[in-house]
Amino acid sequence: MKLWLIPALPLIGSFILIVAGSRLSKRMVAIVGSGSVGLSALITLFTGYKFISTSATSFHYQAWQWMDVAGFSPAVSFHLDALSLVFIFVITFVGFLIHVYSTEFMADDDGYARFFAYLNLFVCSMLTLVLADNFALLYLGWEGVGLCSYLLIGFWYTEEKNGYAARKAFIVTRVGDTALAIGLFMLFQNFHTLNIQQIAAQAPQQWAVGSETAMVISLLLLGGAVGKSAQLPLQTWLPDAMAGPSPVSALIHAATMVTAGVYLIARTHAIFELAPDALMIVGIIGAATLVLAGFTALTQFDLKRVLAYSTISQIGYMFLALGVSAWSAAIFHFMIHAFFKALLFLAAGAVIMALHHEHDMYKMGGLKKKLPIIYWTFLIGASSLAALPLVTGGFYSKDQILWLSLAGEHGNIWFFLFALLGAFITSIYTFRMLFLTFFGNEKTHVGHIPGNGITIPLLILAGLSTIGGFIELPHSFGHFTVFSNFLNPVLPSVSVQEGFESIEWMIQLIAAGVALSGVYVAYIFYIVKPGLSEELKTSAADLHKFWFNGWGFDSLYDKLFVKPFVFISDINKKDIVDLFYDGLVWISNFFNRIFSYTQSGILRWYIMGIVIGGILLLTLGLIKN
Amino acid sequence: MILVAFIAVLMIGGVIAWITSQWNSILSRWISLIALIVNFVLAIFIWIQKPTIESSNWIVQFSAQWIPSLGVSFSLALDGLSLLMVLLTFFLGIFAVLISWNEIQERVGFFHFNLLWVLAGITGVFITMDLFLFYFFWEVMLIPMYFLIGIWGHENRRYAAYKFFIFTQASGLLMLLSILGLYFIHGRVTGTFTFDYFQLLNTEMPADVARWLMLGFLAAFIVKLPVVPFHTWLPDAHSQASTAGSLILAGLLLKTGAYGLIRFVLPLFPTAAAELAPWAMLFGVIGILYGASLAFAQTDLKRLVAYTSVSHMGFVIFGVFAFNELAMQGVVMQMITHGISTGALFVLAGTIYERIHTREITSMGGFWNKAPFMGTIGLIFVLASLGLPGLGNFVAEFLTLLGAWQANQVLTIFATIGVVAATAYSLRIMQKVFLGNFSSDKIVPDLSLREKIIMVPLVIAIVWLGLFPQSVMNTVKQMISAQFNTEQIISNDTENENGSK
Repeated sequence: MKLWLIPALPLIGSFILIVAGSRLSKRMVAIVGSGSVGLSALITLFTGYKFISTSATSFHYQAWQWMDVAGFSPAVSFHLDALSLVFIFVITFVGFLIHVYSTEFMADDDGYARFFAYLNLFVCSMLTLVLADNFALLYLGWEGVGLCSYLLIGFWYTEEKNGYAARKAFIVTRVGDTALAIGLFMLFQNFHTLNIQQIAAQAPQQWAVGSETAMVISLLLLGGAVGKSAQLPLQTWLPDAMAGPSPVSALIHAATMVTAGVYLIARTHAIFELAPDALMIVGIIGAATLVLAGFTALTQFDLKRVLAYSTISQIGYMFLALGVSAWSAAIFHFMIHAFFKALLFLAAGAVIMALHHEHDMYKMGGLKKKLPIIYWTFLIGASSLAALPLVTGGFYSKDQILWLSLAGEHGNIWFFLFALLGAFITSIYTFRMLFLTFFGNEKTHVGHIPGNGITIPLLILAGLSTIGGFIELPHSFGHFTVFSNFLNPVLPSVSVQEGFESIEWMIQLIAAGVALSGVYVAYIFYIVKPGLSEELKTSAADLHKFWFNGWGFDSLYDKLFVKPFVFISDINKKDIVDLFYDGLVWISNFFNRIFSYTQSGILRWYIMGIVIGGILLLTLGLIKN
Repeated sequence: MILVAFIAVLMIGGVIAWITSQWNSILSRWISLIALIVNFVLAIFIWIQKPTIESSNWIVQFSAQWIPSLGVSFSLALDGLSLLMVLLTFFLGIFAVLISWNEIQERVGFFHFNLLWVLAGITGVFITMDLFLFYFFWEVMLIPMYFLIGIWGHENRRYAAYKFFIFTQASGLLMLLSILGLYFIHGRVTGTFTFDYFQLLNTEMPADVARWLMLGFLAAFIVKLPVVPFHTWLPDAHSQASTAGSLILAGLLLKTGAYGLIRFVLPLFPTAAAELAPWAMLFGVIGILYGASLAFAQTDLKRLVAYTSVSHMGFVIFGVFAFNELAMQGVVMQMITHGISTGALFVLAGTIYERIHTREITSMGGFWNKAPFMGTIGLIFVLASLGLPGLGNFVAEFLTLLGAWQANQVLTIFATIGVVAATAYSLRIMQKVFLGNFSSDKIVPDLSLREKIIMVPLVIAIVWLGLFPQSVMNTVKQMISAQFNTEQIISNDTENENGSK
């Protein structure tokens, strides 16, 4: 059993690159960097085959005992089950493709070795996160990915604003991590262990459904999840995180790390199921985030920021699915989303590189002819994001969420309407992006034509985001459930409310219609009558500005937390406590000065002093007697 | 005998180093280095050989008569906690000599004399089991340190040295009063007047007397630790001392305060300490947050790191008074990892100062470009300071918080928030020093071989403590669990008493 090799190989790669990176040739760096992840992917494939062929429920490997104090004994040990297998599959394969892409994308960068070192370290941390058998090790991976995200957002460190974005990402997610940490303290207090499987087994025995402790713990775990997954109210860091190189956005800020929150909730579903109210809140956060982020995406002009808000919005769908206990639907959407969103980011990166680091979509256009491969793969990714019916993976994964948000046992009409509204907006902003970038007149000259290192990963991802959808087909046609059956031992399936089975095809028709009408709206606004969007923008300038700035969250937090903290620490820079001691010194000096007057050297004063003293003493003596 | 050797080697080494410097200053550096390496190897040897006797947690003991008429003995003993602290002392001591190799050019002999004597005092504090001797070493520590700050420090060194001296001395005198009080009370009750630690344990005394005596001990230790609001000597002393001075102050001297709490305050006055616990924890949390907020505002690199110490030491008193094994293991880890990580940050500040002759972070930036090795090292210790899992400080803080959660949930929440603040100030160091545009017109060469020899072991140590902390925890396990078993009994007793009333 070579389970430990999967996270260890990228770690070794990273170590080699950190220690010896400056002495290796670029070719060697590329081989070490991509090779280590590629090997991990191969071992994942091998392990997955063994896992399925032996129809095991889990594999386990303990590397060493990490700590053992007073009953707290987390080990560095890995637990592989169907859920983590899906995750490590996505992480290593999408990760490998992105590494290959990066060998060309970053070819002219000075920090080539550093880039691959960070990227490898990230893959290792992410794998540790999803393979950890206890929460302490999970937390190690959790913080590790946060660190790599920080390092990679600020990769081009000479720019002050990149450093700011990087710190913002780290600090905002750490706010969520604090909640998570407190959740872990509570879990340990209740179960005297942080082993995930043991807790999942004991929780239903220890708590009744609706138990207050389960509720509090669920909300704390949710706090960690919204931080990492950039959901309301901690979503503000992700758009700024686009300061990092595009492969980073693809790997970390779209495909893998930001879904860590989804993983955490799915992994701890046993606890969440005991707290229906918390689950409801997960759903509400998901529904609200997906709509809010969707509207913001409509107003952005920076290509990568549109994709960033779209990521927030799509993770909102996953949270919505978790909230209605549609566990495998959430994981299915995670996987398909990883494929098409990585594809979109990588394609966007290729476009941006081709146009000399131009991010503004309004300065792009007409790239359909110049960059045909990019165009076609981008189109496939965009169709999947917009969930165009039948031919895209995104349709099957999103349709399932839409359906279960209404018909699932915890579903309701509001969740469904929000999801539907989100789907409509998604297809508008997606095709707005496509039309602005690839259609119309050429506005910026194309410089760098992408080579094989870039196009091959794009083609593979395009293939995956199309055929990936067919492994799980809805009841109304096909009824093919390989994916959910596979996950079933870990994640229970959700039952559908009575009376809804018959209308599934109707919901699908509505979803398809909404997606297509979104495309049509974008077509009218950006191809047929390009002036229309400008008119709309000026007529509702305030609303546009509000949406553009992400519903004012940044300035709110700035006023509420950042400014007061900086203000308080600034006025107290000299440390107010020291005034007290300075005061003591001043008083001592004061008395020193007063008493030193008495040492005047004048004999008369001394005699006078003695006489007065003598009189006082005598009087005292007399009074006492 | 080996315990006497620890101290003797340092004291004699110091004298020889002073004398030889008249002919050759390099020689006195080498003598100091060899003295510390000899001690370090000896300590490692004990650690590896540590006999696993379940019955006694004292690894080595030594006792000789000193002033028998007063009940003063030269009594030294080493248990797991002392062993770890002694190891840390020699480990960091080696780097204190190495980092001063080029920095200190004046009065080299006297510098090394003071350095070794300060370390001898610290070693003595960690291993002595006689309260009179303890106070003696407490003073031995103080005076050479005063010189280290006052002679080889930066521009405002006199002020800093005085401040350090007065704070420590005043609080130390309160401890002396308490030691004498304990001595007389014990003598009156049992008829044997002694300063022996083991005999003074379990001295019976009225509750309010115990409270006052404890406050005397506490005064010395919380000033040393330091606990807000008794911390103001620390930023001055740390920022004004030479690099070796800062390294010893942050890495070791603060730990004597923590050690005192664990060794003396808790065992000697268990009930009084338990009464104080909520307040002590509160002050710990205040320290964590207050130190963090001040660290965020500083522009003097060494002063910034000094305030991070205030914040990190808040975890120590917070954990000590949580009264359970988890938190106490966390505290011991915190003492070691903070010594290493903050020590390393001071060394880094020193190496930067040697290059650009300023400590102002506003005139730094972009050093990664010129000195990537230094940048990588800086990154690792900045991450250690913000408590990243995989590095030693995380183990310390996580265990402390996990244990403290069982004792006081509200305060633990605030302490955990302190970790967010730690992220803010730590990343600020990274940003202002290593990232951004290279703004300085000065030349910033990367770390030299000597500096690498200092930094690489520190990095290895902090990673090793983060991934394999168990070997350290096992060393103190017996000592800590023994303490909490008696603690438990006593607190149960008081509960019963209260119940019967």
